Formats: sequence, structure tokens, C-alpha cells
Amino acid sequence: MQRTAVIGCGQTHHKKVRDDLSMAGLLREAAVRALEDAEMDWSDIDAVVIGKAPDPFEGVMMPEVYLADALGCAGKPIMRVHTAGSVGGSTAVVATHLVSSGVRERVLTIGFEKQSEGDTTWGLGGGRSGSVGAGGYFAPHMRAYIDRANAPDYIGPAVAVKDRLNALKNPYAHLKLPDITIEQVLDSPYVWEPVRRLESCPTSDGAAAMVLASEKVADASSKPVAWVHGTAIRSELGQFPGRDPVSPQGGKDCAADVYAQAGITNPIEDVDVLECYVPFSWYEPMWLENLGFAGVGEGWKLVENGTTNFGGKLPTNVSGGVLSSNPIGASGMLRFLEAALQVRGLAGEHQVDGAKTAVGHAYGGAAQFFAMWVVRDEKP
Amino acid sequence: MLPMTDIAIVGYAQSPPTFGVQETETQMLFPAVNEALARANLTRADIGFMCSASCDYLSGAPFAFVQTLEVTGAWPPISESHVEMDGAWALYEAWVRLHHGDIDTAMVFASGITSRCDWREVSALQLDPYYLMPLWVDDISLAALQANALIESRKATERNFAEIAARIRGGDADEFLKEPYVVEPLRAHDTPTMSDGGAAIVLAVGDRARELCERPAWIAGIDHRSEAHYPGVRDLTISDAARIAGQQSGVGKGPIEVAELAAQFSHEELVLREALGLTDGTVVSPSGGALAANPVIATGLVRIGEAANQIIDGGRKRTLGHASAGPCLQQNLVCVLEGE
Repeated sequence: MQRTAVIGCGQTHHKKVRDDLSMAGLLREAAVRALEDAEMDWSDIDAVVIGKAPDPFEGVMMPEVYLADALGCAGKPIMRVHTAGSVGGSTAVVATHLVSSGVRERVLTIGFEKQSEGDTTWGLGGGRSGSVGAGGYFAPHMRAYIDRANAPDYIGPAVAVKDRLNALKNPYAHLKLPDITIEQVLDSPYVWEPVRRLESCPTSDGAAAMVLASEKVADASSKPVAWVHGTAIRSELGQFPGRDPVSPQGGKDCAADVYAQAGITNPIEDVDVLECYVPFSWYEPMWLENLGFAGVGEGWKLVENGTTNFGGKLPTNVSGGVLSSNPIGASGMLRFLEAALQVRGLAGEHQVDGAKTAVGHAYGGAAQFFAMWVVRDEKP
Repeated sequence: MLPMTDIAIVGYAQSPPTFGVQETETQMLFPAVNEALARANLTRADIGFMCSASCDYLSGAPFAFVQTLEVTGAWPPISESHVEMDGAWALYEAWVRLHHGDIDTAMVFASGITSRCDWREVSALQLDPYYLMPLWVDDISLAALQANALIESRKATERNFAEIAARIRGGDADEFLKEPYVVEPLRAHDTPTMSDGGAAIVLAVGDRARELCERPAWIAGIDHRSEAHYPGVRDLTISDAARIAGQQSGVGKGPIEVAELAAQFSHEELVLREALGLTDGTVVSPSGGALAANPVIATGLVRIGEAANQIIDGGRKRTLGHASAGPCLQQNLVCVLEGE
């Protein structure tokens, strides 16, 4: 197995509507930045792997076919991954495997969504009536968590405030809410109890891109690179008696797998930065437990005592997270990308000092698809 | 340099292609998945990695793959991925995954039900959404452009197309030529028989493959390439993507006894034969190819499975399976298989 590193990162300025760009233009904005960061040109790339959520979101079937021209793929391989909300993470995993297998040396991977070209909630319902949207689906799981963990009501709002204030340090983030307070969040209307409007992710247009490279190529890089120490994906059936959708087994197994690869035995001590997929505020404490950073029923305490704050012991979503930018097909890749930026020391204003080990995480479907990676500043 | 892991196809099955299947997509897949596993003497729990292929625009709803996940069992949770492409690309992803040494088996499956949509209308939705799609140019019209390009360049005639169709479908080329055009110069016999179907392939590494299958079909080379999307910027009389994929997968390193080509239109076989450098010594698409049954998304995986069976059951030494996607053979995947 070949050692693999992230040598270039790029993302768009995420916004509600990027009507200044076509869909191809959106991907190129991220891709060109990743190539510039990697000090490469399109001709250096061996293969492209793109990912996005369901095609009905934009109304283009298998968009890799149309995007081949804009992504320099005449004569090259391009493939398309789709694993629901986890897709940005799974796509990065497929791209990593293309390099770690020895099949390719330089792979460009891009996750994207241009939600403004369609209607996501309509798309989620397949155009049929009665779609409750993602938040409507997950709300009962969050309510069950609150009841089980006996968590105080202000924990969700506290996560919402933290991530929005973090976003002020990220020039690419969509939502900028400098004056947000817990009171303001508590005063915002319920969208789906227990989730209030300000505890929900926005709908964004955006793309994230990375260049993955072999050890030989990465060693020649003039900039710091992020070495991939482990990747894992897990899927489980979405509905059956006995399944725990609040802390799904697939998430636990995915974390255990990737930690074992990276030699992480005590996540809260061994991990410096966490970028996890939190589209609704309560998912932060839920994933902290599911991913082994806190015991059962203890996740919310890491929010309450500031552990997950910027400057805390486990800074979580210092980029602003999905709560601040949600181009769905890119949202998972942004978690992976931000983790890489942190260990490269290139995160700018939201850089966590001395970040050496970072975890990227994404989930999708009925909280049934999971993708994770561990990146470090040093080689495996 | 290509990696050295020996990876083979050790089990393949497809659901019988029909049009107007009564079952759900998942139900349609179950027998094929069960049979492919049985052929490899494996159960779902033995599989190290699964990868599926489906298309939301065929099923008319998002998350077709979330429904078909049921065929994997997926409890306890499994390591699983999905491509919104032909299943041949799922096989490619599994082949890449098997190079890592931590697992020694994988299964891929693909499904498509074309009878529940108007494929000519839906096929237009994969085109550039700003400049091409609004013209509602469908797959047959785009294929007709390519067929016309062949005729105008004097590389082929309508009779050549009819002869290919007659070989595959059975029948008389002279009679075929009396039929009306669907889109000039293509007649009904030149266009694919749209189908509903699913297929599954089990892969294994090295000695595990030898243990599971008397005569594994070893993947000697596999590669896929795209070319430009716009028909107007391409020379439609050739396929660069197929040519490069063929070179990279080593087609020319030895004689190919059987080539299963995903030529959805009769003229595409001519383009692909030239691009892959196939000679008259190669038997092309004895299964009927994509012309005789086109369960979109499964079509390419079926070609690879049929090419594998030529080795596993048929005793052949060297075959290839081909898959394509996009208008006018835009994307091509070539998988060269060898018996020991």
C-alpha cells in the first residue's frame, strides 16, 4: 500500500445562490484553487473522482458526463460517487484508494452541490408530496437523544452559536452571523421540534476539491502536506427493529476501524481537531458519543464545558461546519478538507495551534452511511 | 506502473433481462446476488467490500441505492460504496479497493429498470444542462449523428449496420434495410432493446480466488477513460476514450478470443472494434451485447460478467468486457480477463 497525502485544497465561497457561475464553473472555482495550492496544472492530474448527493437536486442525471470537459477529462478517467450525505467523505476515500492502491499518482477529487438550481426538499421527496426534509426526519432522533442523555435545552443553541462564530474566521463560509447569541437562537422558531431555525444548516451552493498524491509526489511538494493515516466507510440498513438511529452501530464501527488504522486508542486525547458532520445542532453531542470522544450520555457535557470550542481541548468544526455552509455533496468533503488544512497548518484565522492529528467525518441517508479519515502532519 | 495484485472474477449472475418487470428493483436484484455468491461458494458475511451501481433518474426518486442496499443484508454494518454510473465502474472501484491487502473478497452489483421511465426523454437529462439539454436531444438522435458521421466519412454504410444487427439479433440484413428509420440513418434493429435487469459479480484475490473457483477469470488489465462531452468538438468516427482504455488495459498484448462490447447501437460496434484493434479472430458479443438487451446501469457489468463466464465456464483463455456511458460512447471502460 502506497502512502498518500493531501497536497492541495480548494473550496468555493459558499453562498445561498452562486448565480455568477454555472455548475461547471462552481466545480472549477474549487478545483483551480486546489491545483494552485498543489502547484499543479490540469495536465498533471491522472484521474478525477467527483461526488454529489442525488441528481434530482440539480436536475442533471450523471453530471460527470457533462462535467468531463470543464474538469480536463478528455482522455482521462472520471468517476462519480454517490452515498447520500456522506458522499463528500466517501468520494475522498475513493480518491485516496486510487493513490494508496498504486493505480494512480495524482488524483483530483471534488464534491459539490448547487442547491439553487433546484429544490432540495422536493428532490428528497422524489417530487412526491409529503417530504419532511432531512430535519424532519432527524428531529425525533435528536429529541430521543435529549431525553436519553437528559441534556439541558441550551446545548443545541450553544453549538449553533459556537459554529456560527467560528465561521466568522473562515472566509469561505456561507452564514456570517456576528451578533448571534444563545437567546437569539432560543427565540428563533421551531422548524422541527427540537430543532429551531438557527440550529439548522443553510442551503448552499458550493464545492470542495483536493489533490491526493503518492508519497513520491508529496515529498516533492514545497508546502506542508496532510498524510492520510486511515480511511473507513460503513453502511447499515436504515430501518429495522432494534436499530439505534441515535447512535448507529455503523458510525461506531467506522470510527473503530479508522482509529485502529491510525493507532488512535483514546480519541479525546489523541485527536487535536475534529471536523464532524453536524447539519443540526444536536448532532455535535450525538457524534461526540458515537465516535468515542465521550461516554454514552456525556457528549453534551463537552459542549457545556467548552471542550469543543476554538481553544478547547477538542476544537470541533472550527471552520463553522455544516451549520455554516451546506453544499450537500461538498459538505462531507469540506470536513475532510478542513481536517487536512489543520494538520498542514494552512487554515488561516481558524488554524488550531499545533494541530497534528485531525479527524474528518461525514454521514448520510437515515444516519446509515458513514465515512471518516484521520490525517496527520507526519507520515504513517 | 500498474499494481501487481492478482484479482479475479469468481462468480457472476444476472437477472434475466425483461421489459416491464413486476418486482421492485431490490427484488429484481436478489436472485442475481444470491446466485453470484452461490457460484463463489460465499455468503454475504464473507464479503470484505461491496459496491453498487444504480441511477435515481431510472427509478424516478432519489436514493435508489438506499433501497437496493437491502440485498447486501448490511447488518452488522458493512464496508460499502456506490457509484451513480454503470456497474462496470463499481467493479473498478472494488478492484482498486482489493489492492490494499486487508480484504480478499468483494461483490459488486448493478440494476436498472428502464420500463418505468421514458428513456429517450430521460437520456436527454444527462446532457449539459445549459446548452444541450434544452434541445431535448435524446440518445437515439445523438447516436444517429455518430452513425451519420461514419457514413459521410465512408467508413460504413447502412448495410454494415444491418449486418451487425442481423448477426446479433438473427434475421436478414436485406429485410432489416426495408424498415423505416427511427432517426435517420438508424432503424429499429440498430437501436438497443431496452430492458430491466440486474447483475452481480464476486471478486477475490490470489489464492482465495483459486480456492473459490476452479477457473477464475483474472483481471489482466482494467482502465476507463472519458472524452469531451460535446459531440461537436469530437471526431465521432473514432473513440479516443476506448482506444486509450484499451491500450492501458493491455488489450493488444495478446489475441482476444471473445469481446463483449457495450455497443448500444449497431454502428458503435464498428467504432469500438477499430478503437480496440479487434481483428476478425475475435468473437464479438456472443451474448447479444447491449443491442439485444440494454438494462441501463447493469449493461456494462453484464458484459464483463459474460466475458468472465467465457473463461470460467467456457474454457477460453483471454476475453474482454467493455462498458460505456454518455452520448456517442463518451466514456469507455475496458476489462481484459485471462484464464490460467
